[in-house]
Amino acid sequence: MPETPFAVEMKDIVIRFPGVLANDHVNLTLKHGEIHALLGENGAGKSTLMNVLAGLYKQTSGSIKIFGEPVNFNSPKDAIAKGIGMVHQHFMLVPTQTVTENILLGLDEPRFFMNLAEYDQKILALQDQFGLRVDPTAKIWQLSVGEQQRVEILKTLYRGANILIMDEPTAVLAPQEIDELMNTMRSMVDQGKSIIFISHKLHEVTAVADRVTVLRKGKVTAEGHSMEGLTKRDLARLMVGRGVIFAVEKKPQEQGAVVLSVEDVEAENDKGVPALRKLSLAVHAGEILGIAAIAGNGQSELAEVITGLRPCTGSIKINGKEVANKPPIEAIKQGMAHVPEDRTGVGSAPNMTITENTIMKCYREDPIGNGWSIDFTTARQRARKLKDEYDILAPGVRTLARKLSGGNLQKVILAREISAQPQLMIAVQPTRGLDVGAIESIQTLLLAQREAGTAVLLISEEMEELLALSDRIAVISDGRIMGIVNADEADINEIGLMMTGTAVPSKSAEAAG
Amino acid sequence: MNFEIILHAGLATGTILLFAGIGEIFAERAGILNLGVEGMMLLGAMAGFSISLTTQNVWLGLVVAILAGGILSLAHGLVTIHFQADQVVSGLSLTFLGTGLALVFGKGLTGQTPPLIPSFDIPGLAAIPFIGPVFFANHSLLVYVGYFFAPLAWYYINRTRPGMHLRAVGEKPSAADTMGVNVYRLRYFYVFVGGCLAGLAGATISLAVSPGWYSDQTTSGQGWIAIGLVIFAQWNPLKAALGGYLFGALRRGILDLQGPALLFGLANPLYINSNFSFFLKMTPYILTILALVLGSRAAIKKRLGAPAALGVPYIRGERGL
Repeated sequence: MPETPFAVEMKDIVIRFPGVLANDHVNLTLKHGEIHALLGENGAGKSTLMNVLAGLYKQTSGSIKIFGEPVNFNSPKDAIAKGIGMVHQHFMLVPTQTVTENILLGLDEPRFFMNLAEYDQKILALQDQFGLRVDPTAKIWQLSVGEQQRVEILKTLYRGANILIMDEPTAVLAPQEIDELMNTMRSMVDQGKSIIFISHKLHEVTAVADRVTVLRKGKVTAEGHSMEGLTKRDLARLMVGRGVIFAVEKKPQEQGAVVLSVEDVEAENDKGVPALRKLSLAVHAGEILGIAAIAGNGQSELAEVITGLRPCTGSIKINGKEVANKPPIEAIKQGMAHVPEDRTGVGSAPNMTITENTIMKCYREDPIGNGWSIDFTTARQRARKLKDEYDILAPGVRTLARKLSGGNLQKVILAREISAQPQLMIAVQPTRGLDVGAIESIQTLLLAQREAGTAVLLISEEMEELLALSDRIAVISDGRIMGIVNADEADINEIGLMMTGTAVPSKSAEAAG
Repeated sequence: MNFEIILHAGLATGTILLFAGIGEIFAERAGILNLGVEGMMLLGAMAGFSISLTTQNVWLGLVVAILAGGILSLAHGLVTIHFQADQVVSGLSLTFLGTGLALVFGKGLTGQTPPLIPSFDIPGLAAIPFIGPVFFANHSLLVYVGYFFAPLAWYYINRTRPGMHLRAVGEKPSAADTMGVNVYRLRYFYVFVGGCLAGLAGATISLAVSPGWYSDQTTSGQGWIAIGLVIFAQWNPLKAALGGYLFGALRRGILDLQGPALLFGLANPLYINSNFSFFLKMTPYILTILALVLGSRAAIKKRLGAPAALGVPYIRGERGL
């Protein structure tokens, strides 16, 4: 249909959930054959808008046209029939089934009996067309995150999708994988697909998008703006509504004595496969040691053995005291603070109040705990003070933790951990999934800890964050340290290579650190 | 102690557990734990017996038994799928409901003799030494059906498109939903299938294997063993069949061990006094617990565990499963 250049035209979309206006008269147009970025902070309503386009939710009002034809989706099946495919941020894959089974899920063909081998071949042919390699007979749980994402893309392509919605596809990938994904996106556009690319990472948007639509708190602040002449700073202002400092300031600082020393540690992951292999490292007072690794290479297990949550062999000492294979309280007594990866499952008790969450480390001691009872009046006063100090946005300290946004919940966790005046802090993905404003405040808090002389072990999958905050960066691949580099001399390509398991000779010598 | 008799009886009573266990596998594979098996079985046993008696048509009785289990299970479906209530609580209540209904409507059925499902020899095969008398002679039709049922159920779950959808709905309903599979409809359907099979298991008792109506002693807790069997079988219908036969043989074998009779010409070392037999009768239940512990340990290692979404209500748009 040459008269309508638009593959998608969403007009005056209003989406209302009980008590929340998620999208307020949003317009979005996707031209045929373009990559259109949909930018916004968490909670801005990007995913909600796209879930409407994918048929998962229904808009309260507003109209949608696909290639000029008005549509009304009642289920994902309707959207798929119109050539819309969504690659979800949280992969929609069945872990115990094979790649081929996942791709065939929900289709009418094969009708009853399945000859999987025949379909494996079809999928291999499709892989060749778009350069998306993954073994069709492998089970999903055996695949890396990058490979799983390829399966998600293949799923939509197999259904003949012309319009692809990619919901934060880079959030889980290593730098090289991100480059690869961007190449795939370009090759798909060359073959006539149109892509909506959701992101809150500005450099990716500037790198790959043709046009951009920005959402802030459910409203459009830039509608289908051409990327030409737009800088990261402009985008950030549109997104957050104020100027944002991009590089947090890191003052040069002498490092002190060794606080955490990990020697020859070995541990298994949940599947019983070795996750850490003779790993050794040391973190000094007043330094941030960054850990760079692709998801699932042992970094989560490393945090767990140090914090006493996973058995291991080898030695882990905090201030010279052995804590390996001891209950977490031993490490906590040595001044260990933990900002875990899983904020709601490990980091907080979602159904307890802010007050209760902030006293979880100090309820045993004066002035909160006295013998058998807890002094809640003091606890609440303390929580109120922390709430002001850490700028936690909540109606009050009796608010349940699960009602907080990701950024505010993370501030509650940091408030609890930092108020215990730690000597060692283990921070795992502290800013994952947070928006620009919250990232800024969390990173500032971590740097303040460094200045206060705390030894910080920072595990992150955000390369920029590691480079901005760390003094040294240890690169881990398959449970081994591939090298340790100084952050100010670090070469991002070299780190990327080491993350994928390639040894870089000049760096391995320093691995002893 | 005659192995031929023990194995023959094992196959017969094992068929009860086979139907009930595979029914529960269907429900659990779709993500719905139904602890109401005992209640559905008892209702099926009563309904089948009663209809067969009043109409003098055993086939009608069989159909009604299956439907009785199925319809009762829909109550569980409504509570857990539609209203997203706790599956454990709902399942337990279903047992009370089913048992209660069966006992009320079953008043006066004890001692009656309705037409039963026919037993017969398989011509030819029954003549094979040892194998013949154990597998192919003097069994009820339902036992023979059971031989085919387990492999068919396995094939359906693992090798067909609807089976793949069933597994997806129990492992990761959100993935199935986004691909246009109707999670709620499938869950209702497989809860119903599970109920039907539990009803069939009940009829297997009252109209075939140990015919009669002995109020709640008719099932005597076999619904619970069936639920344990599902875990022991790691949600695999073939293993459920084997496990069912094994427990059946064990229960029959114990009858021989608890008396003062001679064993292989020697005095029974397990017979101490008549009260001791209570302990022997516990063995199948103790073995159920042991099997559960050992089975689940192996399952975690081999990633063969429970369907990931088992017991979790599916709400579109919620993070996680």
